[in-house]
Amino acid sequence: MSDLTALTIAEAREALVTKQTSAAELTDAYLAAIEAANPQINAYVKVTADKARAMAKASDGRIAAGEAGPLEGIPLGIKDLFATEGVHTQAASHILDGFEPRYESTVTANLFADGAVMLGKLNMDEFAMGSSNETSYYGAVKNPWRRKGSNLDLVPGGSSGGSAASVAARLCAGATATDTGGSIRQPAALTGTVGIKPTYGRCSRWGIVAFASSLDQAGPIARDVRDAAILLKSMASVDPKDTTSVDRDVPDYEAAVGRSVKGLKIGIPKEYRMDGMPAEIEAVWQKGIAFLKDAGAEIVDVSLPHTKYALPAYYIVAPAEASSNLARYDGVRYGLRVPGRDIADMYEKTRAAGFGHEVKRRIMIGTYVLSAGYYDAYYLQAQKVRTLIKRDFETVYADGIDALLTPATPSAAFGIGDQDMAADPVKMYLNDIFTVTVNMAGLPGIAVPAGLDDGGLPLGLQLIGRPFDEETLFSLGSVIEQAAGRFSPDKWW
Amino acid sequence: MSVDTATVRRVARLARIAVSDDDVAAMETELNAILGFVEQLAEVDVSGVEPMTSVIPMEMKKRQDVVTDGEKADDVVANAPASEDHFFMVPKVVE
Repeated sequence: MSDLTALTIAEAREALVTKQTSAAELTDAYLAAIEAANPQINAYVKVTADKARAMAKASDGRIAAGEAGPLEGIPLGIKDLFATEGVHTQAASHILDGFEPRYESTVTANLFADGAVMLGKLNMDEFAMGSSNETSYYGAVKNPWRRKGSNLDLVPGGSSGGSAASVAARLCAGATATDTGGSIRQPAALTGTVGIKPTYGRCSRWGIVAFASSLDQAGPIARDVRDAAILLKSMASVDPKDTTSVDRDVPDYEAAVGRSVKGLKIGIPKEYRMDGMPAEIEAVWQKGIAFLKDAGAEIVDVSLPHTKYALPAYYIVAPAEASSNLARYDGVRYGLRVPGRDIADMYEKTRAAGFGHEVKRRIMIGTYVLSAGYYDAYYLQAQKVRTLIKRDFETVYADGIDALLTPATPSAAFGIGDQDMAADPVKMYLNDIFTVTVNMAGLPGIAVPAGLDDGGLPLGLQLIGRPFDEETLFSLGSVIEQAAGRFSPDKWW
Repeated sequence: MSVDTATVRRVARLARIAVSDDDVAAMETELNAILGFVEQLAEVDVSGVEPMTSVIPMEMKKRQDVVTDGEKADDVVANAPASEDHFFMVPKVVE
């Protein structure tokens, strides 16, 4: 076959089963693409070529024996946040230098049990803290998309920037990602790919480096809605090793792709129409409304009155949980150690050298809001506001709304080293304004590409569902995909 | 509320992060920008509202109180910067 990396997961699955290609050939095609592109894109922090070839060979054996799993021979990229046994797992941080866990995360174990092949570990914002993939110890990832007629390097979004960029540049068939405030959906929107953050508790968090435990969820980034459904089916499970893993069977998500959305009620939350929102974001939102209406869905204006408080509440809850989770990096059990005159000095020097600027900033904020005298004013207040945010969603769902449609991001991809964002951390945080509410309420959300802006850059829409109703999101997402078409960048690398 | 340099130093000490004078000055500005942003939460009326403890209502999972794992001392210390006889090595803490 000609260009094997052009195949979607569904197409590759078909080609493998019908023996038009082999898992070994497919893996070699991706390894060659990575070798050629990664020096420019910087999506992979570690390529595991030998392991990939061995896994592909084993897949070919199982295919020949008629024992192929649902993802047999499909080459995937794995975000550096997932523990992979004996393989580089550093959350793109200096403080985890050399860490190679002796265990496998539940999500990657599920994928490999279904036959998937690991190509390597993907770049990301350090400890998943960022919206541009610029906080990585391994340097920024470049977005495969560029503005028409421009050579300016753009960010792929974050924190799953390596996942999104590798999928968009065809350096893997699909990728794992994680989302704490928008880290799957924002990079998917900025790279013209599909990303879904499932309901909190759907994918096990066991073996995923923790950022903010009450918000973190794993999910896939893929080239289209069907591939995202195929990947989520394998990633999701009920896991006794994660006490927040929810005891519910995993449905056949792929069956929901292409299902009729006739009669579904889609809410349009008025609070997502922000002051100063670019006209092209409003335009793509209106386009999405028209697509769903044409498919027979009913459009209803709704209100989620506490929306504007989600981002400030997030910037209390997430850093608070992070400051606690990241206390374990002390130079004793793993990773970097910088010697000191006594044990406290060793801790302080190790953490000063090992954490990047953004991570330190968030640990400091978290430590402050949890410190004596401030807990009630900040943390407790934020957790109460979080209850109100969740109640907003419960109210519209109780009124019969099946899903909500919003923009995914407030803008298209921006330049690497953007001066405005570097000068003011809050400007960078505003990237997650449309996605963070979903994490605060634990709901599922999917980002689907819906068009290009005037400069030729992809724009995404977000669909938010009821708890554990990812299927409706796949049905609605495929309607948008059918109507809008698919988008891939012109190759410059 | 806003932080001054003394507070930044105190918080850095609590967080066990060594900071230079330059770090403290930069962090003071940045932390105040973030705290200024989250300040708006104070205007929300939360009287009678319970704080969120779990986004998905579920019962705490329990398991039998039995040993299910262990005998992995080699694995446990495998990634330690310094270890000896299955102990993590740290600078002396007691005289």
